[in-house]
Amino acid sequence: MSTFDDPFDANRRLRAEGCSCGLHASEAEHRRSSQLQCVPVESEEKRYEQVVASAVLRKIFPQDKSRRAFLQSVGAATALAAVSQFFPVGAATEVFAQGAGALEKKSLKVGFIPITCATPIIMAEPMGFYKKHGLEVEVIKTAGWAVIRDKTINKEYDAAHMLSPMPLALTVGAGSNPIPYTMPAVENINGQAITLAMKHKDRRDPKSWKGFKLAVPFDYSMHNYLLRYYLAEHGIDPDADVQIRAVPPPEMVANLRADNIDGFLAPDPVNQRAVYDGVGFIHILSKQIWDRHPCCAFAASKEFVTTMPNTYAALLKSIIDATAFATKQENRKQIAEAIAPANYLNQPVTVVEQVLTGVFADGLGTVQRVPDRIDFDPFPWESFAVWILTQMKRWGQIKGDIDYAGIAKQVFLATDTTKLMTEVGLTPPKETMKTFVVMGKTFDPAKPEDYLNSFAIKRPA
Amino acid sequence: MPTAQTWRAAAISLAILVAFLSVWHLATRGTGVTANMDPEYAKLMGQTATQGKSAMPGPFDVATTIWGHLKSPFYDNGPNDKGLGIQLAYSIGRVGLGYLLAVLVAIPIGFLIGMSPLMSRALDPFIQVLKPISPLAWMPLALYTIKDSSASAIFVIFICSVWPMLLNTAFGVASVRKEWLNVARTLEVGTFRRAFTVILPAAAPTIVTGMRISIGIAWLVIVAAEMLVGGTGIGYFVWNQWNNLSITNVIVAILTIGVVGMILDQMLAALGRSVTYPE
Repeated sequence: MSTFDDPFDANRRLRAEGCSCGLHASEAEHRRSSQLQCVPVESEEKRYEQVVASAVLRKIFPQDKSRRAFLQSVGAATALAAVSQFFPVGAATEVFAQGAGALEKKSLKVGFIPITCATPIIMAEPMGFYKKHGLEVEVIKTAGWAVIRDKTINKEYDAAHMLSPMPLALTVGAGSNPIPYTMPAVENINGQAITLAMKHKDRRDPKSWKGFKLAVPFDYSMHNYLLRYYLAEHGIDPDADVQIRAVPPPEMVANLRADNIDGFLAPDPVNQRAVYDGVGFIHILSKQIWDRHPCCAFAASKEFVTTMPNTYAALLKSIIDATAFATKQENRKQIAEAIAPANYLNQPVTVVEQVLTGVFADGLGTVQRVPDRIDFDPFPWESFAVWILTQMKRWGQIKGDIDYAGIAKQVFLATDTTKLMTEVGLTPPKETMKTFVVMGKTFDPAKPEDYLNSFAIKRPA
Repeated sequence: MPTAQTWRAAAISLAILVAFLSVWHLATRGTGVTANMDPEYAKLMGQTATQGKSAMPGPFDVATTIWGHLKSPFYDNGPNDKGLGIQLAYSIGRVGLGYLLAVLVAIPIGFLIGMSPLMSRALDPFIQVLKPISPLAWMPLALYTIKDSSASAIFVIFICSVWPMLLNTAFGVASVRKEWLNVARTLEVGTFRRAFTVILPAAAPTIVTGMRISIGIAWLVIVAAEMLVGGTGIGYFVWNQWNNLSITNVIVAILTIGVVGMILDQMLAALGRSVTYPE
């Protein structure tokens, strides 16, 4: 379920499989078929209320079954009234919607890497979402993840687009000194792909990939963990049987053309660009590894969050608004046109459009239609953080005993709801976890070590 | 050089250029329609895949792009999309500032080292260690300590252009002919007067040679530094176009960098000619 769905609808499932009405295979399909019938007009207040209410309801009913049973027996209106007794949803929403006071700083700088994962951060500028919340935001294209990290630490940027594992790595001090980081919103879900060189178009079975040279954009990235996971599930040891290198995205296409690498798991538009230029084909979408996996993140230092709470709330609201807009399929073409120019992604419009609409050439002569090839859902599930931490430990990036839940909580939800709720004198939810399935295997965030031990291929702890 | 020879040299240069452009043009010609594609599919693909257009741009593509940049060199479409003229102005500004700082530091210290054998010996080990460090190796450290990317780029320009000037100044000062210094001493010329009226004019050609080497290095470094920190400048332009895999624009940028580098070098060459010291 998306954060923008109504949690007070008894027919809605909070899990990813199937759709809310149960008639369709996926939520995307459901959305497509229902689009023609009616598009509910959703007011802003309603949207904020839903984001807050989602968090509350998830806390009260961690089990989906009990939530649905409860809603079915008493009805949504009664449920809302009952919940409001314990938790003034209205008041919390008001605080969230209006902010607590004047903005501490109006003109902000937000850094981004020119990939479609940054869509909400980027589009909020040309489409006026920042302006709507009284902010003058300059979105600044940045040369690489390390530079984004340094410029955010330097306070040249007030907030930035990051890979979702990066705030975790920063907080635990992997690869640098520990700096308290918060990740209030996931930028995008899905939206990556494994692209292979044209010469491998008949070698689609990963078991035959021994000796491949593959590229990922950064060591601490979902790309790295998803590729390693995918390979290991097919019996390929990602450290012994293949070479995985960190390569900046534009160099991936050039290296693929020059035959220096066999393929990559990369963010878009890189995959689509390789197809567009005729040098590669899309082997699988990352959605086929873990449907609705998080990828990039919107991150800010703890200092910015604590010293400028109102500005931060306005910024976060702009991102949530933009994300809600980007979730709708019918807006995607317009978004592609807004973010393709030189100022933002600097790519041909048709490449960006293929990524966002999910109607794309796969490089093998077929036009594929996958509407949720990339989707947007800002809710930072703490269980995502726990999964990422298990993979960091699995591949030896972090060692020893880890307080999975503690770190996840500190980084992934430390701010938005938690802070805004505390401000109005409420007790914020303690956990925001859900189970999910990665390549057919269910991940239970309560038992990270068991999950880790279930893998045949891993590095010794 | 006799006039006839100048003309002949020009003719050979032109012939080389024409030959180069012809080979380039022939090598990058497209192959025509490559494969039969479903029209819906073909619409989603680029010209390389559908028309067999070469991945490398030809000379005409580059000329068209250059013309486009020349028509509006100073447009400004927000923080990430500025005209080539503005980008160049940023780069030249950074190089100018870093280089000026280097001149202010290198020439006095160079004088000191050149005039005092003691200081020369004392500072030599530091100079020898710092001189061979690649300017870009300073970048992470600069970014981390200075905490400002633009200032870091200027610092990197400074640190890389300081050494050739320093060493050349020291060498020039140290090798001023002893007789002249002795004459000055006999005439009881004070230290400062001696430095400005005897040593400076005599060492000036060597100092300017050092400055000329330094400006070349500074211009080499700024492109790499801006590719790393991004934001503005010709180096950022190259990175941004590379991101888009627009090789045409990358070639345009390379040509521009070459032309500007040549102009900077010629300016210092002219300065060098004006300070030549007739013995």
